[in-house]
Amino acid sequence: MKLKGIAELLAETGPFIHLGAGQLELIAGCGSNRSLDQGDQLFREGDAADTFYLVRHGRVALQIFVPGRGPVTVETINPGEVIGWSWLFEPYRWHMDASVVEHGSAIAFDGACLRGKCESDHDLGYELMKQFATLLIDRMQTTRLRLLDVYGHAPAAAAD
Amino acid sequence: MPQPLPQTERDPAGVAGGAAPMVPEPFRVAARRRETPDTWTLELEPVDGDRGMAFEPGQFNMVYAFGVGEVPISISGDPSGEGALVHTVREVGAVSAAICAAEPGEVLGIRGPYGSSWPIAEAEGEDLVIVAGGVGLAPLRSTVLMALSARQSFERVLLFYGSREPEQLLYRGELQAWTADPAIELSVTVDSATGAWAGEVGVVTKPIGRASLDPDRTVAMLCGPEVMMRFAARALRDRGVSAERIHVSLERNMKCAVTQCGRCQFGPTFICREGAVLRLGQLEEIFEVREL
Repeated sequence: MKLKGIAELLAETGPFIHLGAGQLELIAGCGSNRSLDQGDQLFREGDAADTFYLVRHGRVALQIFVPGRGPVTVETINPGEVIGWSWLFEPYRWHMDASVVEHGSAIAFDGACLRGKCESDHDLGYELMKQFATLLIDRMQTTRLRLLDVYGHAPAAAAD
Repeated sequence: MPQPLPQTERDPAGVAGGAAPMVPEPFRVAARRRETPDTWTLELEPVDGDRGMAFEPGQFNMVYAFGVGEVPISISGDPSGEGALVHTVREVGAVSAAICAAEPGEVLGIRGPYGSSWPIAEAEGEDLVIVAGGVGLAPLRSTVLMALSARQSFERVLLFYGSREPEQLLYRGELQAWTADPAIELSVTVDSATGAWAGEVGVVTKPIGRASLDPDRTVAMLCGPEVMMRFAARALRDRGVSAERIHVSLERNMKCAVTQCGRCQFGPTFICREGAVLRLGQLEEIFEVREL
């Protein structure tokens, strides 16, 4: 059985599926396969954000450590989704922790490598920025929805 | 100037509840189980003998805490008619708190069942997609139980359940069983979690967005906070599911449940009569009217 290359995998799932073959090859050049073992910590808040991940299988929890409560999971990342955008923006530091909660695999990308390619190929940089802008908007919208705490408050219509 | 209530075509004596629809029947609390810190499930049996209560999934009863008041509560039990009448109640005010506090042996008043039901027959041979938020799983539990008991009637049965946190999930024992049951595709999502929770954290629309759905075979039933249903319906519409194939259960306070008091009016609709289960296609325009 022929193993699929990273560019082929990127063409099948995740935020890069709309990119052309040439751009996928460029991105794939900064990626490597990685297994995700339950309990693995991919990064911690404050660490240098030098790698980001496209989850292929399994599940990863994004967590913020709250004194007195411990790590609070604020989002889980599922297959086909990307973990992390801090590698793209200065100061390149993670804002939260990421822990594997369900065994699986991911493609790990070297952030500095990809930033370098984006600097030298602005078409690639623009395409990548569009994909990450979409990702950011999606995460922001769902975060706003959760800010409503819809399950925490009984509707006025139901009050007796 | 207040507008007069529209004349109803329905004789209140002809609605569910028999000849005296405003008179509650006494039911004794047979069992009481705490689901979450503020939500209880009560099993009720008629005081005066062996009359069970036939109902359709999605219908509700008016539950009366004597001396305190009466509120509409969806029926959450097995619609096969076997076993006790089951209500899951969240404390949101004085009446519901009194109902939740009813100990085994105490008596509550029951009127009903009232209202429309989930159109389960429409989903026969198709994919039944159930979306529940928070305590909104309670009005859908009967549907899940019916679907599992007649599993061969549906192509697929999918349940998307969102809650604030793992500790707020209803029917945890059943959820655990359904997780392991290949007859139902269960997706549980919470808004945030601590501790040992290894499930999904995020909004309930997210798993809807990535699920494998055939929009032309999907019949969806939604119950939860209205804003959640709005976004869940939008997520289904984005997947190509038509408004005619999406059904929602609306919650309104009501006093009579027989179209006389007007408390439950939602635009031109009486929730106690046409609802609580309504087709999204029927109310898509007024669903977006903020004043309602």
